[in-house]
Amino acid sequence: MSAEPFVTLTSRTVVLPDANIDTDQIIPARFLTTTTREGLGKVAFHDWRYDATGAQKPDGILNTIDAASHRVLVGGENFGCGSSREHAPWAIHDFGFRVVISSRIADIFRSNALKNGVLPVVVDAETHAQLMEQPGREITVDLSTCELRFGNHVTKFEVDPFARACLIEGVDSLGYLLNRTAAVEAFETRTAA
Amino acid sequence: MRANRRSPYSPKTVGSAEPEIAPRSLFDKVWDAHVVEPETEDRPALLYIDLHLVHEVTSPQAFSELDARGIKVRRPDKTFATLDHSTPTLPPGADGERPYVTDQAKTQVDTLRINTAAHGIELADWGSEARGVVHVTGPEQGLTRPGMTVVCGDSHTSTHGAFGALAFGIGTTEVGHVLATQSLLQRKPKSMRVWIDGGLAPGVFAKDLALAVIAQLGIGGATGYVIEYAGPAVRSLSMEARMTLCNMSIECGARAGMIAPDGTTFAWLKGRRFMPKDDGFRNACEDWADLATEEGAAFDREVKLYATALTPMATWGTTPDAAAPICGTAPTPADESEAKAQRYMGIEAGQPMMGQPIDVVFVGSCTNGRLSDLRVAAAVLRNRKVAPGVRMLVVPGSEAVRRQAEEEGLDEMFIAAGAEWRLPGCSMCIAMNGDMVGPGQRAVSTSNRNFEGRQGPGARTILASPATAAAAAVAGVLTDPRIYLEAGYVG
Repeated sequence: MSAEPFVTLTSRTVVLPDANIDTDQIIPARFLTTTTREGLGKVAFHDWRYDATGAQKPDGILNTIDAASHRVLVGGENFGCGSSREHAPWAIHDFGFRVVISSRIADIFRSNALKNGVLPVVVDAETHAQLMEQPGREITVDLSTCELRFGNHVTKFEVDPFARACLIEGVDSLGYLLNRTAAVEAFETRTAA
Repeated sequence: MRANRRSPYSPKTVGSAEPEIAPRSLFDKVWDAHVVEPETEDRPALLYIDLHLVHEVTSPQAFSELDARGIKVRRPDKTFATLDHSTPTLPPGADGERPYVTDQAKTQVDTLRINTAAHGIELADWGSEARGVVHVTGPEQGLTRPGMTVVCGDSHTSTHGAFGALAFGIGTTEVGHVLATQSLLQRKPKSMRVWIDGGLAPGVFAKDLALAVIAQLGIGGATGYVIEYAGPAVRSLSMEARMTLCNMSIECGARAGMIAPDGTTFAWLKGRRFMPKDDGFRNACEDWADLATEEGAAFDREVKLYATALTPMATWGTTPDAAAPICGTAPTPADESEAKAQRYMGIEAGQPMMGQPIDVVFVGSCTNGRLSDLRVAAAVLRNRKVAPGVRMLVVPGSEAVRRQAEEEGLDEMFIAAGAEWRLPGCSMCIAMNGDMVGPGQRAVSTSNRNFEGRQGPGARTILASPATAAAAAVAGVLTDPRIYLEAGYVG
């Protein structure tokens, strides 16, 4: 599925300071019986936002912010650990986030995010600490230069060049893979697979 | 016969004219054998996938994508589907209807039925002996082979690495990629060898070892790596124990966990439904024996553990690495996250792990839902009762496990002890089929994750082995299972 192109984004941050925010927090498993990708923003971080009766929790930051102006999620170390559910980036994207920043991001979440118009950005400990201390800070994430900027602070981040190209163009990689069919066929012949 | 054949995993023949290649690890060999197009700076490698396992939760959107583009599944013969996550574990009611938790759950299961039929994919449906938790049934059917690349839209796909396969979890977009092209774009992960000396003492199990490994590496400590488990303690593990160990690899962030195949592997695989027969199997075993890591192979990181000193383990926090010996105490939290985890669990630093009261016991899952797991739980429960006020759920990992357990009378033993005996599925491990731990209740669970709310909103999970879980059911508190097991019990 292709997403809207991502080149540069200037927006405010939401800070979720807990370390190891796992995919069960991002979207609890009982919401995974859906057969579509759409509309999962309303259950993103559900059990952080709502109590057992379904009422909004008053201390839930995600209940109070204006999602349209807060499109950057800054999470504690090791964001997105746990299951492979792509529902996690679907929910985060549908909620309104386009960037997730942490000092470490779990492999499968990172891979899934990149395929759904959510840019995972791993930053050094110092940058991470600065961002964690300044919730609501306006920052710029520039994928054309792989730079993150706020105030006088400029830091580079790494993105796989292939994934970066897909994000900038707003295309998915299935088209590319389908174009490699001849190579796959040759491999199958060579290995009798 | 052997002289005329050469496995793709053979080291360079001594004295041959082939170019010198560096000694390779098990992971290197499986990776190299599946590279369709090598990686460049601009583009990941194109990696061929031998086996794609599919279940109802992470596949519907992938099939929709194929249908929208008018693409058929490229290799239905390399694709196998089962029902496990959303399925009820109670039998059909008087009306003949299965008690799905919601209509949506039933729709999801029916969607996989429709999709597999439309694309010619074998589905282990209700009634099939092959139906079960995907990582239990795949190996059981002989689908998983040493040297394969195996993927599934499930992070515990690492389980299949126990056979010397490179097996990893993928998201739904990549499920679509594999359905459409039988290949994936992947950067080669880094490699880590976890060398485990010694051997497990009686009453200490692969689950305890897995928790000890994760506690040592930390929850994100193996992010970006593929782990190879090696050393004498690994060699002496049964095949089911190896699956438990590899299953938990993702809990320290690893992409996959692998163990080189050996006689234990081949003996376990022989005769299974999808295995080659007779000469075909013997030849395959010869090839697979070449998969072992060569001496001098390089790893990006090496870690060592000593298994002999391990005792039963249990978790005290809300991440799987928050594990401690059950005979010890809950540690002083290292940071606010750990302090918060202990508050959530209602476990205070310095408190003994033993004696922590519990409400629920769950035995099952892709980690510990195999026959050997049920046998050890039954051995603890034999002639004993589940403590008053404790609810115990026993969920076999597959129909084949259920049938064999019932043949051995394990079901009757569980029921006589006061436990519930259910139909196979993921059940209370992921709590999306209605099997849940109540808010604030504390569960001892043989599953793989103790995240907040993993087993239901507000549920508090302590991870442990099946022996420890069953012992907790009897005692009503967390306790050392060795007091209930016959001296020398080895799982």
